[in-house]
Amino acid sequence: MKKLLELKDISMKYQTQKDEITAIKNLNMECGEGEFLSLIGPSGCGKTTVLSIIAGLIKPTGGEVLIDGTPIRKHSAELGYMLQKDQLFPWRTIEQNVFLPLEVKKMNDEEHKKYALSLLEKYGLKSFAKNYPDQLSGGMRQRAALIRTLAPKPRLLLLDEPFSALDYQTRLAVCDDVYKIIKAENKTAVLVTHDISEAISMSDIIVVLSDRPARVKSIHRPKIAGTSPLRRRESPDFSGWFEKIWKELNR
Amino acid sequence: MKKKNGISKEHLLYIRKLKLETVIVWMLRIFLLIFLLGLWELLARTGVMDPFITSYPSEILVTIKELFAENNLLYHIGITLYETVLGFIIAAGLGYIIALMLWWSERARRVLEPYIVVLNSLPKIALGPVIIVWCGSGSKAIIFMAVLIGIIVAIITMLNGFLAADKNKIFLLRSMGANKFQILLKLIIPGSLPTFISMLKISVGMAWIGSIMGEYLVSRAGLGYLIVYGGQVFKLDLVMAATVVLCVLAALMYALVALLEKLIIKYKAD
Repeated sequence: MKKLLELKDISMKYQTQKDEITAIKNLNMECGEGEFLSLIGPSGCGKTTVLSIIAGLIKPTGGEVLIDGTPIRKHSAELGYMLQKDQLFPWRTIEQNVFLPLEVKKMNDEEHKKYALSLLEKYGLKSFAKNYPDQLSGGMRQRAALIRTLAPKPRLLLLDEPFSALDYQTRLAVCDDVYKIIKAENKTAVLVTHDISEAISMSDIIVVLSDRPARVKSIHRPKIAGTSPLRRRESPDFSGWFEKIWKELNR
Repeated sequence: MKKKNGISKEHLLYIRKLKLETVIVWMLRIFLLIFLLGLWELLARTGVMDPFITSYPSEILVTIKELFAENNLLYHIGITLYETVLGFIIAAGLGYIIALMLWWSERARRVLEPYIVVLNSLPKIALGPVIIVWCGSGSKAIIFMAVLIGIIVAIITMLNGFLAADKNKIFLLRSMGANKFQILLKLIIPGSLPTFISMLKISVGMAWIGSIMGEYLVSRAGLGYLIVYGGQVFKLDLVMAATVVLCVLAALMYALVALLEKLIIKYKAD
């Protein structure tokens, strides 16, 4: 499999008035094209920082990020970022929200707009295109946020705990929903989460991080039968993996 | 439940109740006004209050009519409106632009903060004599006063609105590769529209304070001038009449801003 993303010896130090904090130390990992990778670790271990570094929003103090074998410099156009809350702009309609990255990236030509609209149609939001976000349910809003992320056709999706603001029921459904869309569009994704079952049910690769400074504790490739996160949660292998990762995290 | 046109009986009842409540509130408002005016009229006419000091509603109405006919009330209204509206536009516009620049540069913000704090707490009326020396004793001085009183609050309100933009939304835009100018255009300005409206509402009030205060100080015409003149020659009818006209004008200007709000803000905030 072709390597799409590679992190080589990433280190990150923060300067504060009082002292210097090492957030990440010699982090190495890679993710193939079309794979789903989850970063899991205790809260405050610097998971989000890793995502920001991959996105090129923070420059690491050491090491480099390679996308398709080339080191990223500033911001990569091939990335789509999805945050904890949907972050839809309340003054924009769903359609206008989905067009937002196209406007920012100066890709708002007819062709890209058509593609974005086709995504809205494909994933059942067409009838809400002219509605404002406050008229949509939490799950639908998160789906709209995903379509916004997909609109500029990124190759790599970065998901920063995108389900944590939802209640449990919605969360399972949206998780399933998002996973299916990502797979249907054949995208590579890096998910940051502290939810073990979410990581196991969605990922091809699970990277377990240590407490701060974040290092890679272990890398797993759980091959659980099932076509969707919900199906995988029902698999007999699921609880075994859960226990294994849980122990890793608490070691 | 039985439904007519998709609306249940209970829902119809509920909507009717809401409408009724609105009607009642409006009726009470009007009743209160009539009651207060009637009481005023009654107390003044029966001599419980001295009408020479308090005037009374019907006399005020007569005075307004006379003013229209003899003293060019429209001319005075025109002068005051001109000063107020111009002061309002300059204060709100300039305040908005300065706030934008302060949002853009954190350093400028830090440098200018103590100056803004001092200017904000300074009673601008104290600068009256200086303004007269600088601008003369005409409309220019009054507009200057109106701008001075309004602009600082406009800057502070707007800057707070700009700075209140959701950090996560800024992060989202940056993850799309947006530069600072794009963040300003896509997020900061549209996102602060509600603050912009409240700033306009505050500025309307400030502009009136500024223009009337300015007229107290220097003018030869305008509603503020009529009020001061009426006070000096002890014609309370004139003072009250000008005040009533002022009330109506201020309410109208506020209503215009409220209308603008309805026209441009069509979404519910998070």
